[in-house]
Amino acid sequence: MIEALAPMDGIRKATRRGLSERLFAWLLISPALVFIGLIVAWPLLETIRLSFTDATLGGESYIGLANYVDLFGSSKFYDIVGRTFYWMFLAVTLKLIMGLIGATLLNAAVPGKALFRILIMPPWVIPIAIGVIGWKWLYNGYFGLISGLLLNFGIVDERVALLSTKTSAFYSAVVTDVWVGTPMVTLFFLAAMQGVSRDLYEAAWVDGAGRWYRFRRITIPQIMPVIVSMALLSAIWTFNSFEIIWILTEGGPRSATTTLIIDTYKVAISSQRFGEGSARAVVIVVLLAIFSLAYMFFLNRVNRYYGAK
Amino acid sequence: MLMDRLNILQKIGIYAALFLFLLFVLLPFIEMFRVSLRPLDHLMTTKFTWWSDDFSFQAYSDMWVTVPLLGRYILNSIFIATSVTAITMVVVVPAAYAYARLEFPFKAISLGMFLAVNMFTGAVLLIPLYRTLRALGMLNTYWAMIIPGVAFLIPTGIWLLRSYLEKIPKELEEAAYVDGASRVYTLRRVVIPLAVPGLIVVGTAIFIGAYAQQFLFAIAFNNVREIQPLPAGLYEFIGYQFVTWNEMMAAALTGVLPVMLFFLFLQKHLVAGLTAGAVKE
Repeated sequence: MIEALAPMDGIRKATRRGLSERLFAWLLISPALVFIGLIVAWPLLETIRLSFTDATLGGESYIGLANYVDLFGSSKFYDIVGRTFYWMFLAVTLKLIMGLIGATLLNAAVPGKALFRILIMPPWVIPIAIGVIGWKWLYNGYFGLISGLLLNFGIVDERVALLSTKTSAFYSAVVTDVWVGTPMVTLFFLAAMQGVSRDLYEAAWVDGAGRWYRFRRITIPQIMPVIVSMALLSAIWTFNSFEIIWILTEGGPRSATTTLIIDTYKVAISSQRFGEGSARAVVIVVLLAIFSLAYMFFLNRVNRYYGAK
Repeated sequence: MLMDRLNILQKIGIYAALFLFLLFVLLPFIEMFRVSLRPLDHLMTTKFTWWSDDFSFQAYSDMWVTVPLLGRYILNSIFIATSVTAITMVVVVPAAYAYARLEFPFKAISLGMFLAVNMFTGAVLLIPLYRTLRALGMLNTYWAMIIPGVAFLIPTGIWLLRSYLEKIPKELEEAAYVDGASRVYTLRRVVIPLAVPGLIVVGTAIFIGAYAQQFLFAIAFNNVREIQPLPAGLYEFIGYQFVTWNEMMAAALTGVLPVMLFFLFLQKHLVAGLTAGAVKE
């Protein structure tokens, strides 16, 4: 190896490398491209094509924009879109608040915080479907813990089946979604808080700033880029959240928990109206694309504003 | 440090708040455990009672009889998650290296496209995905649950590993080049050994993702009971007449235990590694 180090040789090698770098790079990413192409990109194009057809199990024929016309002409659809954004807004806000509270508590100088940090992780680590089974039991009207405690303390007179009335089912699903998302948000906030320079706090403390002031004026601005990225990541995941609602309520009662994802699944898979389902899927993709463009834009502004690199 | 000093009241306050926070996070698990300890007919009693003197571990042995394939489901879950992790890593390592080190046309655009995949969920692509898997002859096989799992984890893997690889000093690779090592040799013998801590972090994160996402692909693309993963298999406790809730909870807790233990060993590295990207961009 070493004997080949004549100067000319080095130059020739550099040129050859320069030429092959592109090819080598594309070779390296090609397995990933094949996977994404086959499992995401191709099905996505197929979905777009199917949305212009009346595909069912029986066959398909081109029907133009009819699926979209139906969709945008039905008031039920606007209810679902509204509900999806309300669901997303509520769940993400609560996750961020819980994450901030949790991270602040875990960041406090008290003994045992390493143990507490481990204890908050299980909802994140176990399969979502399994955690949700636990919640389904908690919400159960006959023998669920929540209903039972409310009865025992005399807050309610009869059993409350939280998943069987429209309003309580919706908010119960929100609580479970917040439960699933909180640990990860908390851990990212905690890491960000631990990365804030101690000097800033000390300088403020010497000047007589209290804890709340330091939190508001130092911690929050310093971790703002992380808050914004977690907000938008959580938003995308909450928007797409399928298993939680499906296992708890399957979108019911009377559509009270039907978000866009659930509606798409019900139409496309449960009723096997592939064409109509695909039109809904395309709407989701477009809404999410708009959303993530806003994400990039907003993240850039925040990073610039708070002087991150 | 003086500034961090808390008086006794503040400490009590913090512990009380931590307790409430943990109660919210752990409540379903505590309740699942409590349910798993009670005989089924006592669960359905008229009056709700928290404590009971008939706690037993009976459900933990009965569950294997009610659902004879339970052991298979747990192993299937671990097998699927492990396969997804292995394949994803094989795909992600070269790609992450390319994005961390090499210059090539459409680099930024293709990376952006990979990251955009994070916006999608399998749920919106189920119909064409079903057809694709059928065309490939993968329906009702392990592949039907592994291949989509890999695809949806590749973007996260590339993103996490790329930022890790960027932190490895370039000089070592350059030294290998100068010595005449080929690109593949450098990647295999210089970069990968240096990246082992990062590979563990990213691998664990992928495993958690693969383990968490099994439900949807399993119910959509597989109806062979023998290869079903745990989250889908648990539904067998929901019988025609009644649900054996206590055994279902026992099975759920038993099934996640191996992974929880595995995770416990790695949690420190995992959290530090995963959040590193969030702290220093």
